[in-house]
Amino acid sequence: MNIPTSLLYTKEHEWIKLVGNQGMIGITDYAQAALGDVTFVELPKVGDELRQFETFATIESVKAVSDVYAPMSGKVVKVNERLETNPELINQSPYEEGWLAVIEIADESEKDNLMTAEEYRKYLEEEA
Amino acid sequence: MELKATPLFERHKALKAKLAPFAGWLMPIQYTSILEEHHWTRTHCSLFDTCHMGEILIYGRPEESGLDRLVSMNLKQMPVGKCSYGFMLNEDGGIMDDLIVYKLAEDKWMLVVNAGPLAKDEAHLKTHIKTKVENISDTTAKLDLQGPLSREILKQWVGEEIGRLKYYHFAFFSLLGEEVLISRTGYTGELGFEFYIKAEKAKALWDLFLSDGRVRPAGLGARDTLRLEMGYPLYGQDITEETTPLEAGLGRFVDFEKDFIGRKVLLRQREEGIKRKLVGFVTNSRRAPRHGYKIYVEGKEVGFVTSGTFSPSLSCGIGMGYVEIEYAKTDQALLIRQDRIEIEARIRKRPFYKGGSLQT
Repeated sequence: MNIPTSLLYTKEHEWIKLVGNQGMIGITDYAQAALGDVTFVELPKVGDELRQFETFATIESVKAVSDVYAPMSGKVVKVNERLETNPELINQSPYEEGWLAVIEIADESEKDNLMTAEEYRKYLEEEA
Repeated sequence: MELKATPLFERHKALKAKLAPFAGWLMPIQYTSILEEHHWTRTHCSLFDTCHMGEILIYGRPEESGLDRLVSMNLKQMPVGKCSYGFMLNEDGGIMDDLIVYKLAEDKWMLVVNAGPLAKDEAHLKTHIKTKVENISDTTAKLDLQGPLSREILKQWVGEEIGRLKYYHFAFFSLLGEEVLISRTGYTGELGFEFYIKAEKAKALWDLFLSDGRVRPAGLGARDTLRLEMGYPLYGQDITEETTPLEAGLGRFVDFEKDFIGRKVLLRQREEGIKRKLVGFVTNSRRAPRHGYKIYVEGKEVGFVTSGTFSPSLSCGIGMGYVEIEYAKTDQALLIRQDRIEIEARIRKRPFYKGGSLQT
Protein backbone atom coordinates (compact mmCIF):
# COMPACT_ATOMS: atom_id res chain seq x y z
CA MET A 1 0.00 0.00 0.00
CA ASN A 2 1.47 3.29 -1.12
CA ILE A 3 1.30 6.01 1.59
CA PRO A 4 3.52 9.02 0.74
CA THR A 5 5.13 10.61 3.80
CA SER A 6 4.67 14.17 2.55
CA LEU A 7 0.86 14.09 2.89
CA LEU A 8 -1.69 14.25 5.70
CA TYR A 9 -4.60 11.81 5.93
CA THR A 10 -8.20 11.49 7.15
CA LYS A 11 -10.00 8.49 8.62
CA GLU A 12 -12.21 8.51 5.53
CA HIS A 13 -9.12 7.90 3.35
CA GLU A 14 -8.58 11.33 1.82
CA TRP A 15 -5.17 13.00 1.63
CA ILE A 16 -4.08 16.64 1.54
CA LYS A 17 -0.78 18.04 0.34
CA LEU A 18 -0.01 21.42 1.91
CA VAL A 19 2.02 23.91 -0.15
CA GLY A 20 2.10 27.46 1.19
CA ASN A 21 -1.48 28.48 1.95
CA GLN A 22 -2.92 25.94 -0.50
CA GLY A 23 -3.84 22.29 -0.18
CA MET A 24 -4.27 19.69 -2.90
CA ILE A 25 -6.84 16.99 -2.09
CA GLY A 26 -7.37 13.43 -3.28
CA ILE A 27 -8.26 9.93 -2.12
CA THR A 28 -5.69 7.39 -0.98
CA ASP A 29 -4.36 4.32 -2.73
CA TYR A 30 -6.25 2.23 -0.19
CA ALA A 31 -9.51 4.05 -1.04
CA GLN A 32 -9.15 3.66 -4.80
CA ALA A 33 -8.37 -0.05 -4.42
CA ALA A 34 -11.41 -0.54 -2.19
CA LEU A 35 -13.69 1.30 -4.64
CA GLY A 36 -12.50 -0.54 -7.72
CA ASP A 37 -12.77 1.00 -11.19
CA VAL A 38 -13.81 4.64 -10.84
CA THR A 39 -16.33 5.52 -13.55
CA PHE A 40 -17.61 8.97 -12.58
CA VAL A 41 -16.53 11.87 -10.38
CA GLU A 42 -18.68 14.80 -9.29
CA LEU A 43 -16.34 17.65 -8.34
CA PRO A 44 -17.05 20.89 -6.49
CA LYS A 45 -17.02 24.20 -8.38
CA VAL A 46 -14.23 26.73 -8.17
CA GLY A 47 -15.27 29.16 -5.45
CA ASP A 48 -17.12 26.59 -3.33
CA GLU A 49 -16.35 26.78 0.38
CA LEU A 50 -15.41 23.40 1.84
CA ARG A 51 -15.67 22.60 5.53
CA GLN A 52 -13.43 20.10 7.23
CA PHE A 53 -14.84 16.56 7.25
CA GLU A 54 -17.92 17.51 5.22
CA THR A 55 -18.81 16.03 1.84
CA PHE A 56 -17.51 17.96 -1.16
CA ALA A 57 -17.37 15.40 -3.98
CA THR A 58 -18.86 12.07 -5.06
CA ILE A 59 -16.96 9.21 -6.62
CA GLU A 60 -18.78 6.41 -8.39
CA SER A 61 -17.23 3.05 -9.17
CA VAL A 62 -18.90 0.21 -11.05
CA LYS A 63 -20.20 -1.15 -7.74
CA ALA A 64 -20.77 1.85 -5.49
CA VAL A 65 -21.35 5.56 -4.91
CA SER A 66 -19.05 7.12 -2.29
CA ASP A 67 -18.93 10.55 -0.72
CA VAL A 68 -15.57 12.28 -0.39
CA TYR A 69 -14.91 14.43 2.69
CA ALA A 70 -12.77 17.56 2.85
CA PRO A 71 -9.57 17.04 4.88
CA MET A 72 -9.53 20.77 5.73
CA SER A 73 -11.74 23.85 5.27
CA GLY A 74 -11.14 26.30 2.46
CA LYS A 75 -12.22 27.82 -0.83
CA VAL A 76 -11.83 25.74 -4.00
CA VAL A 77 -9.39 27.42 -6.39
CA LYS A 78 -8.89 24.59 -8.88
CA VAL A 79 -10.51 21.27 -9.79
CA ASN A 80 -9.09 18.40 -11.81
CA GLU A 81 -11.16 18.66 -14.99
CA ARG A 82 -9.39 15.70 -16.59
CA LEU A 83 -11.39 13.45 -14.27
CA GLU A 84 -14.56 14.28 -16.19
CA THR A 85 -13.45 12.16 -19.13
CA ASN A 86 -10.71 10.13 -17.44
CA PRO A 87 -11.97 9.17 -13.96
CA GLU A 88 -9.68 6.11 -14.10
CA LEU A 89 -6.79 8.47 -13.27
CA ILE A 90 -7.90 8.07 -9.66
CA ASN A 91 -7.13 4.34 -9.87
CA GLN A 92 -3.96 4.74 -11.88
CA SER A 93 -2.42 7.62 -9.96
CA PRO A 94 -4.30 8.45 -6.76
CA TYR A 95 -1.61 10.79 -5.39
CA GLU A 96 -0.57 12.55 -8.60
CA GLU A 97 -2.78 12.72 -11.68
CA GLY A 98 -5.90 11.62 -9.82
CA TRP A 99 -6.06 14.65 -7.50
CA LEU A 100 -9.55 16.12 -7.04
CA ALA A 101 -9.25 19.79 -6.03
CA VAL A 102 -6.97 22.51 -4.68
CA ILE A 103 -8.22 24.73 -1.86
CA GLU A 104 -7.05 27.89 -0.16
CA ILE A 105 -6.56 26.83 3.46
CA ALA A 106 -8.94 28.70 5.79
CA ASP A 107 -7.52 27.55 9.11
CA GLU A 108 -4.12 25.96 9.26
CA SER A 109 -4.64 24.63 12.79
CA GLU A 110 -7.14 22.11 11.37
CA LYS A 111 -4.21 20.00 10.24
CA ASP A 112 -3.86 18.86 13.85
CA ASN A 113 -7.02 16.80 13.25
CA LEU A 114 -5.29 14.82 10.48
CA MET A 115 -2.97 11.83 10.53
CA THR A 116 0.61 11.63 9.37
CA ALA A 117 1.59 8.87 6.94
CA GLU A 118 2.88 6.80 9.85
CA GLU A 119 -0.36 7.25 11.79
CA TYR A 120 -2.47 6.47 8.72
CA ARG A 121 -0.53 3.25 8.09
CA LYS A 122 -1.19 2.16 11.68
CA TYR A 123 -4.85 3.17 11.31
CA LEU A 124 -5.18 0.96 8.21
CA GLU A 125 -3.56 -1.96 10.01
CA GLU A 126 -6.00 -1.58 12.92
CA GLU A 127 -8.95 -1.32 10.53
CA ALA A 128 -7.89 -4.56 8.86
CA MET B 1 -25.98 -16.88 8.59
CA GLU B 2 -22.83 -18.73 7.62
CA LEU B 3 -21.83 -17.96 4.04
CA LYS B 4 -21.27 -20.89 1.73
CA ALA B 5 -18.12 -21.32 -0.32
CA THR B 6 -17.96 -22.94 -3.75
CA PRO B 7 -15.49 -25.78 -4.51
CA LEU B 8 -13.32 -23.10 -6.16
CA PHE B 9 -13.00 -20.87 -3.12
CA GLU B 10 -9.29 -21.67 -2.60
CA ARG B 11 -8.63 -20.78 -6.23
CA HIS B 12 -10.29 -17.39 -5.78
CA LYS B 13 -8.25 -16.66 -2.67
CA ALA B 14 -5.03 -17.66 -4.43
CA LEU B 15 -5.94 -15.24 -7.25
CA LYS B 16 -6.53 -12.51 -4.61
CA ALA B 17 -10.11 -12.00 -5.75
CA LYS B 18 -12.23 -9.40 -4.02
CA LEU B 19 -14.89 -11.49 -2.27
CA ALA B 20 -18.38 -10.45 -1.19
CA PRO B 21 -21.60 -12.12 -0.06
CA PHE B 22 -24.11 -12.93 -2.79
CA ALA B 23 -27.32 -14.90 -2.17
CA GLY B 24 -25.81 -16.64 0.86
CA TRP B 25 -22.48 -17.40 -0.82
CA LEU B 26 -19.08 -15.77 -0.50
CA MET B 27 -18.36 -15.11 -4.18
CA PRO B 28 -15.57 -13.50 -6.21
CA ILE B 29 -16.68 -10.02 -7.33
CA GLN B 30 -13.52 -9.24 -9.26
CA TYR B 31 -9.99 -10.58 -9.71
CA THR B 32 -8.26 -7.54 -11.23
CA SER B 33 -10.84 -4.97 -12.34
CA ILE B 34 -14.49 -5.21 -13.34
CA LEU B 35 -13.84 -3.09 -16.43
CA GLU B 36 -10.89 -5.23 -17.55
CA GLU B 37 -12.80 -8.46 -16.97
CA HIS B 38 -15.80 -7.05 -18.83
CA HIS B 39 -13.75 -6.05 -21.87
CA TRP B 40 -11.86 -9.35 -21.86
CA THR B 41 -15.17 -11.22 -22.01
CA ARG B 42 -16.35 -9.09 -24.93
CA THR B 43 -13.11 -9.59 -26.87
CA HIS B 44 -11.55 -12.87 -25.69
CA CYS B 45 -12.83 -15.46 -23.24
CA SER B 46 -13.62 -15.37 -19.52
CA LEU B 47 -14.12 -18.11 -16.96
CA PHE B 48 -16.84 -17.67 -14.31
CA ASP B 49 -17.47 -19.68 -11.17
CA THR B 50 -21.25 -20.16 -11.13
CA CYS B 51 -21.28 -23.07 -8.67
CA HIS B 52 -23.67 -21.10 -6.44
CA MET B 53 -26.51 -21.73 -8.88
CA GLY B 54 -28.88 -24.62 -8.20
CA GLU B 55 -29.52 -27.78 -10.18
CA ILE B 56 -32.62 -29.87 -9.57
CA LEU B 57 -33.51 -33.11 -11.33
CA ILE B 58 -37.12 -34.01 -12.06
CA TYR B 59 -37.81 -37.64 -12.98
CA GLY B 60 -40.70 -38.84 -15.12
CA ARG B 61 -42.43 -37.39 -18.15
CA PRO B 62 -43.74 -33.86 -17.58
CA GLU B 63 -47.36 -34.98 -17.78
CA GLU B 64 -46.84 -37.58 -15.02
CA SER B 65 -44.51 -35.47 -12.85
CA GLY B 66 -46.62 -32.32 -13.21
CA LEU B 67 -43.57 -30.26 -14.25
CA ASP B 68 -45.53 -28.86 -17.17
CA ARG B 69 -47.83 -26.99 -14.75
CA LEU B 70 -44.93 -25.55 -12.75
CA VAL B 71 -42.94 -23.83 -15.49
CA SER B 72 -44.00 -21.29 -18.10
CA MET B 73 -42.27 -22.69 -21.16
CA ASN B 74 -43.56 -25.15 -23.73
CA LEU B 75 -42.08 -28.53 -22.76
CA LYS B 76 -44.06 -30.62 -25.27
CA GLN B 77 -42.16 -29.38 -28.31
CA MET B 78 -38.73 -29.80 -26.67
CA PRO B 79 -36.39 -32.46 -28.06
CA VAL B 80 -33.80 -34.18 -25.85
CA GLY B 81 -30.65 -32.02 -25.93
CA LYS B 82 -32.52 -28.72 -25.87
CA CYS B 83 -32.51 -26.00 -23.17
CA SER B 84 -35.39 -23.64 -22.62
CA TYR B 85 -35.59 -20.37 -20.65
CA GLY B 86 -38.70 -19.52 -18.66
CA PHE B 87 -40.22 -18.99 -15.22
CA MET B 88 -41.68 -20.65 -12.22
CA LEU B 89 -44.73 -18.61 -11.21
CA ASN B 90 -46.85 -18.29 -8.07
CA GLU B 91 -50.66 -18.36 -8.08
CA ASP B 92 -50.72 -14.60 -8.69
CA GLY B 93 -48.52 -14.86 -11.77
CA GLY B 94 -45.57 -13.41 -9.83
CA ILE B 95 -42.14 -14.73 -10.76
CA MET B 96 -40.79 -17.23 -8.18
CA ASP B 97 -37.63 -17.68 -10.24
CA ASP B 98 -36.31 -17.58 -13.76
CA LEU B 99 -34.69 -20.81 -14.84
CA ILE B 100 -33.42 -22.96 -17.66
CA VAL B 101 -34.93 -26.39 -18.23
CA TYR B 102 -32.69 -29.08 -19.76
CA LYS B 103 -34.38 -32.10 -21.29
CA LEU B 104 -31.88 -34.86 -20.46
CA ALA B 105 -34.26 -37.67 -21.51
CA GLU B 106 -37.99 -38.11 -22.02
CA ASP B 107 -38.26 -38.95 -18.31
CA LYS B 108 -35.36 -36.93 -16.88
CA TRP B 109 -35.21 -33.14 -16.73
CA MET B 110 -32.82 -30.72 -15.07
CA LEU B 111 -33.82 -27.28 -13.80
CA VAL B 112 -31.05 -24.73 -13.36
CA VAL B 113 -32.20 -22.08 -10.91
CA ASN B 114 -30.83 -19.06 -9.06
CA ALA B 115 -28.94 -19.41 -5.79
CA GLY B 116 -31.20 -17.09 -3.77
CA PRO B 117 -34.54 -18.81 -4.41
CA LEU B 118 -33.14 -22.38 -4.55
CA ALA B 119 -34.58 -23.54 -1.21
CA LYS B 120 -37.95 -21.98 -2.02
CA ASP B 121 -37.91 -23.55 -5.50
CA GLU B 122 -37.08 -26.97 -4.11
CA ALA B 123 -39.91 -26.80 -1.57
CA HIS B 124 -42.36 -25.64 -4.24
CA LEU B 125 -41.33 -28.45 -6.57
CA LYS B 126 -41.55 -31.09 -3.82
CA THR B 127 -45.06 -29.87 -2.96
CA HIS B 128 -46.35 -30.12 -6.52
CA ILE B 129 -44.26 -32.72 -8.36
CA LYS B 130 -45.77 -36.21 -8.22
CA THR B 131 -42.52 -38.02 -9.06
CA LYS B 132 -38.96 -37.82 -7.70
CA VAL B 133 -37.33 -34.43 -7.18
CA GLU B 134 -33.58 -34.48 -6.56
CA ASN B 135 -31.59 -31.40 -5.60
CA ILE B 136 -28.07 -32.10 -6.91
CA SER B 137 -26.71 -28.57 -6.29
CA ASP B 138 -24.23 -29.58 -3.58
CA THR B 139 -22.59 -32.28 -5.67
CA THR B 140 -22.69 -30.37 -8.96
CA ALA B 141 -20.20 -27.71 -9.95
CA LYS B 142 -21.02 -25.20 -12.67
CA LEU B 143 -18.47 -23.18 -14.63
CA ASP B 144 -19.09 -20.78 -17.52
CA LEU B 145 -16.77 -19.98 -20.40
CA GLN B 146 -17.98 -16.85 -22.19
CA GLY B 147 -16.52 -14.84 -25.03
CA PRO B 148 -16.03 -14.81 -28.80
CA LEU B 149 -12.99 -17.13 -28.54
CA SER B 150 -14.68 -19.68 -26.27
CA ARG B 151 -15.54 -22.19 -29.01
CA GLU B 152 -12.10 -22.14 -30.61
CA ILE B 153 -10.44 -22.54 -27.22
CA LEU B 154 -12.73 -25.41 -26.23
CA LYS B 155 -11.91 -27.43 -29.36
CA GLN B 156 -8.45 -28.38 -28.04
CA TRP B 157 -10.06 -30.25 -25.14
CA VAL B 158 -13.37 -31.55 -26.43
CA GLY B 159 -12.75 -31.73 -30.18
CA GLU B 160 -14.30 -30.22 -33.29
CA GLU B 161 -17.78 -31.48 -32.48
CA ILE B 162 -18.29 -28.65 -30.00
CA GLY B 163 -18.65 -26.51 -33.13
CA ARG B 164 -21.90 -28.29 -33.97
CA LEU B 165 -23.54 -27.44 -30.65
CA LYS B 166 -26.26 -24.91 -31.43
CA TYR B 167 -27.45 -21.99 -29.30
CA TYR B 168 -29.56 -23.21 -26.36
CA HIS B 169 -28.66 -26.85 -26.94
CA PHE B 170 -26.49 -29.18 -24.86
CA ALA B 171 -24.63 -32.47 -25.15
CA PHE B 172 -22.25 -34.65 -23.12
CA PHE B 173 -18.56 -34.42 -23.92
CA SER B 174 -15.59 -36.28 -22.56
CA LEU B 175 -13.41 -33.98 -20.46
CA LEU B 176 -10.95 -34.88 -17.66
CA GLY B 177 -12.07 -38.49 -17.99
CA GLU B 178 -15.67 -37.53 -17.20
CA GLU B 179 -18.83 -37.16 -19.23
CA VAL B 180 -19.47 -33.45 -18.81
CA LEU B 181 -22.73 -31.76 -19.70
CA ILE B 182 -21.94 -28.71 -21.82
CA SER B 183 -24.64 -26.31 -22.95
CA ARG B 184 -24.32 -23.40 -25.32
CA THR B 185 -25.86 -20.91 -22.94
CA GLY B 186 -24.81 -18.03 -20.76
CA TYR B 187 -25.81 -14.62 -19.59
CA THR B 188 -23.25 -12.27 -21.11
CA GLY B 189 -24.41 -11.75 -24.70
CA GLU B 190 -21.31 -13.50 -26.01
CA LEU B 191 -20.80 -16.89 -27.55
CA GLY B 192 -20.39 -19.14 -24.57
CA PHE B 193 -20.77 -22.45 -22.80
CA GLU B 194 -21.85 -23.67 -19.39
CA PHE B 195 -20.34 -26.80 -17.82
CA TYR B 196 -21.93 -29.11 -15.26
CA ILE B 197 -19.47 -31.43 -13.57
CA LYS B 198 -19.03 -33.33 -10.28
CA ALA B 199 -18.07 -30.90 -7.54
CA GLU B 200 -14.78 -32.73 -6.83
CA LYS B 201 -13.68 -32.12 -10.44
CA ALA B 202 -14.34 -28.37 -10.35
CA LYS B 203 -10.76 -27.35 -9.50
CA ALA B 204 -9.26 -29.55 -12.23
CA LEU B 205 -11.63 -28.08 -14.83
CA TRP B 206 -10.92 -24.53 -13.62
CA ASP B 207 -7.16 -25.13 -13.88
CA LEU B 208 -7.51 -26.71 -17.30
CA PHE B 209 -9.37 -23.71 -18.69
CA LEU B 210 -6.92 -21.21 -17.20
CA SER B 211 -3.99 -23.14 -18.68
CA ASP B 212 -4.83 -21.36 -21.95
CA GLY B 213 -3.61 -17.77 -21.69
CA ARG B 214 -6.58 -16.52 -23.70
CA VAL B 215 -8.86 -17.46 -20.79
CA ARG B 216 -8.99 -15.23 -17.71
CA PRO B 217 -11.18 -15.44 -14.62
CA ALA B 218 -14.03 -12.95 -14.29
CA GLY B 219 -16.17 -12.25 -11.25
CA LEU B 220 -19.77 -11.43 -10.49
CA GLY B 221 -19.09 -7.71 -11.02
CA ALA B 222 -18.39 -8.20 -14.72
CA ARG B 223 -21.18 -10.76 -14.95
CA ASP B 224 -23.58 -8.03 -13.82
CA THR B 225 -22.34 -5.33 -16.24
CA LEU B 226 -22.31 -7.86 -19.11
CA ARG B 227 -25.89 -9.02 -18.52
CA LEU B 228 -27.10 -5.44 -18.03
CA GLU B 229 -25.64 -4.33 -21.37
CA MET B 230 -27.80 -7.08 -22.89
CA GLY B 231 -30.85 -6.00 -20.88
CA TYR B 232 -31.14 -9.43 -19.27
CA PRO B 233 -33.11 -9.36 -16.00
CA LEU B 234 -31.58 -10.37 -12.67
CA TYR B 235 -33.83 -12.36 -10.36
CA GLY B 236 -34.50 -10.53 -7.08
CA GLN B 237 -33.98 -7.14 -8.70
CA ASP B 238 -35.65 -6.78 -12.09
CA ILE B 239 -38.02 -9.68 -11.64
CA THR B 240 -39.49 -10.80 -8.30
CA GLU B 241 -42.63 -12.43 -6.89
CA GLU B 242 -44.22 -8.97 -7.09
CA THR B 243 -43.74 -8.73 -10.86
CA THR B 244 -45.18 -10.84 -13.67
CA PRO B 245 -43.57 -11.91 -16.97
CA LEU B 246 -45.96 -9.58 -18.81
CA GLU B 247 -44.89 -6.56 -16.75
CA ALA B 248 -41.26 -7.57 -17.28
CA GLY B 249 -41.82 -7.69 -21.06
CA LEU B 250 -40.96 -11.41 -21.04
CA GLY B 251 -44.30 -12.82 -22.20
CA ARG B 252 -42.58 -14.63 -25.07
CA PHE B 253 -41.24 -17.13 -22.53
CA VAL B 254 -44.77 -18.05 -21.42
CA ASP B 255 -46.77 -20.69 -23.28
CA PHE B 256 -50.38 -19.61 -22.83
CA GLU B 257 -51.64 -22.66 -24.76
CA LYS B 258 -51.03 -24.93 -21.77
CA ASP B 259 -52.21 -24.95 -18.18
CA PHE B 260 -49.73 -23.66 -15.57
CA ILE B 261 -49.77 -22.11 -12.12
CA GLY B 262 -50.39 -18.38 -12.45
CA ARG B 263 -52.02 -18.64 -15.89
CA LYS B 264 -55.40 -17.30 -14.80
CA VAL B 265 -53.96 -14.07 -13.45
CA LEU B 266 -51.68 -13.60 -16.45
CA LEU B 267 -54.57 -14.11 -18.87
CA ARG B 268 -56.58 -11.48 -17.02
CA GLN B 269 -53.57 -9.16 -17.01
CA ARG B 270 -53.13 -9.69 -20.74
CA GLU B 271 -56.83 -8.94 -21.27
CA GLU B 272 -56.96 -5.82 -19.10
CA GLY B 273 -53.50 -4.59 -20.01
CA ILE B 274 -50.56 -4.08 -17.68
CA LYS B 275 -50.23 -0.92 -15.59
CA ARG B 276 -46.45 -0.76 -15.49
CA LYS B 277 -43.65 -2.17 -17.55
CA LEU B 278 -39.97 -2.94 -17.23
CA VAL B 279 -38.02 -0.67 -19.57
CA GLY B 280 -34.37 -0.15 -20.38
CA PHE B 281 -32.78 3.29 -20.41
CA VAL B 282 -29.50 4.95 -21.28
CA THR B 283 -28.21 8.02 -19.43
CA ASN B 284 -26.56 11.07 -20.96
CA SER B 285 -23.48 10.89 -18.72
CA ARG B 286 -21.05 8.47 -17.12
CA ARG B 287 -23.16 8.56 -13.99
CA ALA B 288 -24.90 5.26 -13.25
CA PRO B 289 -28.52 4.86 -12.24
CA ARG B 290 -28.73 2.42 -9.31
CA HIS B 291 -31.21 0.02 -7.74
CA GLY B 292 -33.87 1.98 -5.84
CA TYR B 293 -33.42 5.38 -7.54
CA LYS B 294 -36.75 6.96 -8.50
CA ILE B 295 -37.89 7.76 -12.04
CA TYR B 296 -39.68 10.99 -12.94
CA VAL B 297 -41.33 12.36 -16.08
CA GLU B 298 -42.04 16.10 -16.09
CA GLY B 299 -41.77 16.28 -12.31
CA LYS B 300 -44.09 13.34 -11.64
CA GLU B 301 -42.80 10.14 -10.05
CA VAL B 302 -43.60 7.36 -12.52
CA GLY B 303 -41.40 4.46 -11.47
CA PHE B 304 -38.18 3.13 -9.98
CA VAL B 305 -34.85 1.70 -11.05
CA THR B 306 -34.35 -2.04 -10.51
CA SER B 307 -30.81 -2.39 -11.95
CA GLY B 308 -28.26 0.09 -13.18
CA THR B 309 -24.58 0.44 -13.85
CA PHE B 310 -21.92 2.24 -15.81
CA SER B 311 -21.74 0.46 -19.16
CA PRO B 312 -18.10 -0.40 -19.90
CA SER B 313 -18.84 -0.90 -23.61
CA LEU B 314 -20.88 2.28 -24.12
CA SER B 315 -19.14 4.52 -21.51
CA CYS B 316 -22.42 5.83 -20.13
CA GLY B 317 -24.99 4.84 -17.56
CA ILE B 318 -27.54 2.14 -18.40
CA GLY B 319 -30.32 0.59 -16.41
CA MET B 320 -33.72 -0.99 -16.15
CA GLY B 321 -36.78 -0.15 -14.13
CA TYR B 322 -40.54 -0.22 -13.94
CA VAL B 323 -42.49 2.80 -15.21
CA GLU B 324 -46.20 3.47 -15.56
CA ILE B 325 -47.37 2.00 -18.84
CA GLU B 326 -48.16 5.32 -20.57
CA TYR B 327 -44.48 6.30 -20.30
CA ALA B 328 -43.07 2.95 -21.41
CA LYS B 329 -42.22 4.13 -24.92
CA THR B 330 -38.89 4.11 -26.72
CA ASP B 331 -37.15 7.51 -26.58
CA GLN B 332 -39.27 8.72 -23.64
CA ALA B 333 -37.17 11.20 -21.60
CA LEU B 334 -36.76 10.29 -17.93
CA LEU B 335 -35.23 12.00 -14.94
CA ILE B 336 -33.69 9.60 -12.43
CA ARG B 337 -33.26 10.95 -8.91
CA GLN B 338 -31.89 9.97 -5.55
CA ASP B 339 -31.05 12.55 -2.85
CA ARG B 340 -28.84 15.12 -4.57
CA ILE B 341 -28.25 12.96 -7.64
CA GLU B 342 -30.12 13.77 -10.86
CA ILE B 343 -29.53 11.83 -14.07
CA GLU B 344 -31.16 12.43 -17.44
CA ALA B 345 -31.98 9.29 -19.39
CA ARG B 346 -34.02 8.03 -22.32
CA ILE B 347 -35.84 4.76 -22.76
CA ARG B 348 -34.00 2.67 -25.35
CA LYS B 349 -34.47 -0.71 -26.95
CA ARG B 350 -32.45 -3.58 -25.53
CA PRO B 351 -29.86 -4.96 -25.92
CA PHE B 352 -27.97 -1.74 -25.24
CA TYR B 353 -24.82 -3.45 -26.52
CA LYS B 354 -25.29 -4.79 -30.03
CA GLY B 355 -21.85 -6.20 -30.87
CA GLY B 356 -22.15 -9.49 -28.99
CA SER B 357 -20.95 -12.79 -30.47
CA LEU B 358 -23.88 -14.71 -28.97
CA GLN B 359 -25.35 -16.16 -32.16
CA THR B 360 -22.13 -16.51 -34.17
